[in-house]
Amino acid sequence: MTAITVTVNGEPRSTDVEDRMLLVYFLREALRLTGTHIGCDTGHCGACVIHLDGRAVKSCNMFAVQANGAAITTIEGLAKDGILHPVQEAFREHHGVQCGFCTPGMIMTAVDLIRRKPKLDRPTIRHELEGNLCRCTGYHNIVNAIETAAKDMDTNS
Amino acid sequence: MIPASFVYHKAASLKEAVALLAALPEAKLLAGGQSLIAAMKMRLARPSDVIDIAGLRDLSFVRRERDRLVIGALTTHHDVAVSADVQGAIPALAQLAEGIADPAVRHMGTLGGSVANNDPAADYPAAVLALGASVRTTRRTVAADAFFTGMFSTILEPDEIVTEIEFPIPERAGYCKFRNPASRYAMPGVFVAAKGKGARVAVTGAAPSVFRVVDMEAALSRRFATDAIADISVAVEDMTSDLHASAEYRAHLVTVMARRAIQAALG
Repeated sequence: MTAITVTVNGEPRSTDVEDRMLLVYFLREALRLTGTHIGCDTGHCGACVIHLDGRAVKSCNMFAVQANGAAITTIEGLAKDGILHPVQEAFREHHGVQCGFCTPGMIMTAVDLIRRKPKLDRPTIRHELEGNLCRCTGYHNIVNAIETAAKDMDTNS
Repeated sequence: MIPASFVYHKAASLKEAVALLAALPEAKLLAGGQSLIAAMKMRLARPSDVIDIAGLRDLSFVRRERDRLVIGALTTHHDVAVSADVQGAIPALAQLAEGIADPAVRHMGTLGGSVANNDPAADYPAAVLALGASVRTTRRTVAADAFFTGMFSTILEPDEIVTEIEFPIPERAGYCKFRNPASRYAMPGVFVAAKGKGARVAVTGAAPSVFRVVDMEAALSRRFATDAIADISVAVEDMTSDLHASAEYRAHLVTVMARRAIQAALG
């Protein structure tokens, strides 16, 4: 066991974790933040994407102990005061959701993408989504949502 | 999937990491963890101890030194891809980094981790070999030609750590890979580099370990053009055959990817 302190969605959390505990299990089971999903569990599908010190990473492919001292944002931390993040709002507006399982990872990837590349075209969005799989194959509306969110956020910044 | 139990160590210095490796024969180094943790979850790797070196920030850098580019072992794929120095000196290397896996993996995975792991389908070993890079470790400097020794194996001793890689800047270089549609791994990938009258060609994702194609190098040294190598093939019997591609198909793709890499190098 190792003692860790992690800031999750702005709140410091200190706890002992088993060294082999994956970050996604720490978030889902220790903190009960179940918005972060476990899909493929092999690092391919992206359902578990969270932000670690502001960068999108796959939480099924890292240990909780590696996050010691870091700031994490999960899907639960995006909305502020009951107001959806512009990317969440765009996913709702464009129905970038079918079954919804991949959605938290898609949104966390999209927020990171728009931060890195504010000016986005559709081929870039599709390339950047390579690590996020939608088994409903609902990519079209997801791309529409991200394209709209990027434009809205660029205009408002 | 849950990995087998292990003891976690966070190394505060390179010296401490080397001492831990020397004292713990079944330990593994953890940098970005994008290969190691997946292997541990599948229980293909069951280290007794994991030594986390990701906190050694001194090993994350890109430095331009006249005709050379030096990149720290812990520099992530993302940081290589967006580095103005890499884009300026060896754009093919920045492009290669941008094409590894996906953005979330690129935020964690490191140059040193990829090179030390020497996965048969990893991208970086092709660049290191084709560019004639030097791998610096905690013990010595090793030429790329001597570094990669076989499938998932290198010349590294158990308590030796890659610290940085020095890439001579070529006049032109290009990388092209046929991406496995599921994993995005190279199947295969070819890196071509030319300087003066010399050219080097390295192939990944085709055989148990990265390798050079000397016939293509000789042809390109005479004339650097796509049609110079169009009739040169690698030996089918040296290629890997698996459910993703037969040896014949891989051999065919090596020449196709080489032509495209040359095209990219010619701009």
